[in-house]
Amino acid sequence: MRNSKISKSLTAAGVALLAFAPGVASAAVEPETAFILNSFSFLINGALVMWMAAGFAMLEAGLVRKKNTATICLKNIALYSVSGLTFYVVGYNLMYLDVTGFIGSFSPFWSADDAAALSGTFDEGSYSASSDWFFQMVFVATAASIVSGALAERIKLWSFLGFVFLLTAIIYPIQGSWVWGGGWLSEMGFSDYAGSTLVHSVGGWAALTGAIILGARKGKYTKDGRVAPIPGSNLPLATLGTFILWLGWFGFNGGSVLAMGTAEAVIEMANVFANTNMAAVGGVLAAMVMTQILYKKVDLTMALNGAIAGLVSITAEPADPTIGMAIMIGAVGGVLVVLAVPLLDKLKIDDVVGAISAHLVAGIWGTIAVVFSDADATLFVQATGIVSIGAFVVVTSTILWLALKYTVGIRVDEEDEANGLDKAELGLEAYPEFGPSS
Amino acid sequence: MKLIMAVIKPFKLDDVRDALTAIGIDGLTATEVKGFGRQKGHTEIYRGAEYAISFLPKIKIEIAVKSNLAEQVVETIMNTAKTGQIGDGKIFVYDLNNVVRIRTGETDADAL
Repeated sequence: MRNSKISKSLTAAGVALLAFAPGVASAAVEPETAFILNSFSFLINGALVMWMAAGFAMLEAGLVRKKNTATICLKNIALYSVSGLTFYVVGYNLMYLDVTGFIGSFSPFWSADDAAALSGTFDEGSYSASSDWFFQMVFVATAASIVSGALAERIKLWSFLGFVFLLTAIIYPIQGSWVWGGGWLSEMGFSDYAGSTLVHSVGGWAALTGAIILGARKGKYTKDGRVAPIPGSNLPLATLGTFILWLGWFGFNGGSVLAMGTAEAVIEMANVFANTNMAAVGGVLAAMVMTQILYKKVDLTMALNGAIAGLVSITAEPADPTIGMAIMIGAVGGVLVVLAVPLLDKLKIDDVVGAISAHLVAGIWGTIAVVFSDADATLFVQATGIVSIGAFVVVTSTILWLALKYTVGIRVDEEDEANGLDKAELGLEAYPEFGPSS
Repeated sequence: MKLIMAVIKPFKLDDVRDALTAIGIDGLTATEVKGFGRQKGHTEIYRGAEYAISFLPKIKIEIAVKSNLAEQVVETIMNTAKTGQIGDGKIFVYDLNNVVRIRTGETDADAL
C-alpha cells in the first residue's frame, strides 16, 4: 500500500511529464485538485472497506447456530470498535511514524497534521491526513474480523476482545511497519499490494493459533474420528455477507492504489476493480466445480468461501495481472479453500466459517502469485515475507492466547456452550420465539 | 367422542383439510413435528462432511369428533394423505372424555 509501486510509477510519470511538458500542458490537474482526488479516494474506498465489517458479521451470523447469533453479531461490532480505538491510541504511529526498520513509534495518540496543505503546499501524491488514517484503520478491523469467525460458538466474549485489543494495537502494526511503514521487508522488495499477507494471513495465523489452543466445538469431532458437521443457521445471510465483502473489496484493493490525482492512477484503480471482481468469479466457479467433483453435490458455503479465497488471492497484486490471469489466480484460491477445509478437519482444527482456509491459505498463495505478474518480485523475497510475518504472528499470538487461557480463561464452560453463548454471555436470543411480543 | 391424531406428509395438509371440511368437520389443530418410522432418515452434506438426518419433518393433525363420525374421518384422512410411498404416516384414535369451549362454557358434544 504505502511505498508501493504507484509511488515509483508516479515518479516515472512525473519524469515523463516533464519531458513532454510543453506539448501536454493540460494533462496534469492542479496539485490541489490532485490532493482532493487522492483524499476522496481514501474516503470513499475506506467507507467501502468499513462496510466489509457488515459482510463479516452477516457471513458469520449465517454460519453459526442460531443460539450463538446475537453473540457473533456483538463480537463483530465490538471488534470493529476496539480496532478503531487501538489504532488511534497506538496502532497508526507504531506502523507508520518514524519506522526504524522493525518498528515505528510508541508515541501515543495519533493526530492529523495537515499544516502543509492548509498553507497551500501540495506535495505530489499528497492527501489529507485523516483520509489516510481512516483508510488504514478499516484495514486493521478486517484482520480482527477473520479471527472472530474461526473461533465462534465457544470463545469467551471479553477474552476474545482482549486478544483483539493486543492484535490490533501491537501485533498487526509492528508487522505492518515492516512493509507498508517502509521497514526491512519493503527495503528487501517484498510486494503485498493490499495485504494478502499483511492483513489476511495475519488474521488467519492468529485464528489458527487461537483455534488450536481453544479446541474444537463440543461434538464437532466424534470419538471414532468422524466429522459431525454443525450446519449454519442461515445460509441466505451468509450469502448476503459474502456479497457485501465482495463489494467492500473494491475499496480494499482499489483504494490501495493510494492515489487518484492522475489518469494513470485512475486507470490502475479501474484495472484493480476489474481484476478483483474476476478473481472472485474464478474462486466461486472453481469451488463449485471442486465440490461437485469431490462430493457429487455443489456446496453453497464452499462457493462463498471460494469467493473470499479468490478475493484474498488477488489482493497481493491486483493491478498487474491481465483479467485472464486474475481469474486463474482466484480460481487456484477457490481450489485451495475446498482442499484446506477438510484438511483442517482431519487435524481436528475447528474453523466455524472457513476463515483459516480462505484468508491464510489463499493469502499465502496470493502473495506467491505476485511473481507471475510483477517482474520485480522474486519467490525468495515473497517467501521471506510470508515466513517472517507468519512466524512473528504465530509466536506473539500463541503467547497471547496462552496468557489469556491461563489467567482469565478463553473458553466458556460446557453447559454454556450447549445452551448457546447468546443466553450465557448476553442473556438474550437473536430470534426469541416465545418472547412477549412474538 | 373420539380424538383422532394423524401424522402425515407436510405437503398433504391442504388436501386433508379440504377433504375433512367437505365431510363437515369444522376444526382441526396442526403441528409441525419431527419423527421417524420405517422411512428412517437420509444423509445431507455440509462443507465436505456427510451427516444423517434421522428425524424427518411431518405434520401432526388432531381432530375431536362425535364417535359416530370417527370412522369416516379416519377413512377420509387415509384416502387423501396416501401417496403409496413409504413415509405416508399413521392415524391414531383415542377415546375423548371431556371437551369445553372456552368462550361459552359449553361442554362435550355441544362444544365440538
